[in-house]
Amino acid sequence: MALTKAAIAEMLFEELGLNKREAKEFVEEFFEQVRQALEEGNDVKLSGFGNFILRNKSERPGRNPKTGEEIPISARRVVTFRPGQKLKARVEAYAGSQQQ
Amino acid sequence: MSSNSSITKSDLIEALAKKQSHLAFKDVELAVKGMLEKMSRELSSGERIEIRGFGSFSLHFRPARLGRNPKSGDAVALRGKHVPHFKPGKELRERVNAINEQNKPDSD
Repeated sequence: MALTKAAIAEMLFEELGLNKREAKEFVEEFFEQVRQALEEGNDVKLSGFGNFILRNKSERPGRNPKTGEEIPISARRVVTFRPGQKLKARVEAYAGSQQQ
Repeated sequence: MSSNSSITKSDLIEALAKKQSHLAFKDVELAVKGMLEKMSRELSSGERIEIRGFGSFSLHFRPARLGRNPKSGDAVALRGKHVPHFKPGKELRERVNAINEQNKPDSD
């Protein structure tokens, strides 16, 4: 099962002794702070984990995949994630189902 | 492109400590580090992370390929590997792009 906010809060409760309400609030506030920083135009760099980087994309031609009709994709600001060295190394070691 | 200012982990810890003033600074620090460790651990055990309103993290598989040693030019067999992937959620996408939404000529 995927890791959710609830499971992260549970970990803060069990391992750090925050009470359940504090833990839930903390997790919510953590992600809100990251969203806010990005919204205000800041990159967010979490060493050991990775960097959330803003990119400005200019308008480009697109297509409605259903009708094939051409519609421009408007200029926009997007977030990308660049995993840090440490996280990349840990994930690389994962021998999942797709590897033979 | 844009030269952004950036926020680091310690900036984030400080901001959270201000907001959660009932928690000791040390606990905020431990909580942030604990959260990131938990997320890293889950991802590297092949588990997805799904944070509503923020986004999801998952693993993408990069198949084995023939690479090259940039110095000698020799071919090197590289094994398949997994890399972390992040897909921003709807709320994050919209808030980050709000700056453009405001001066859109016409939206349908």
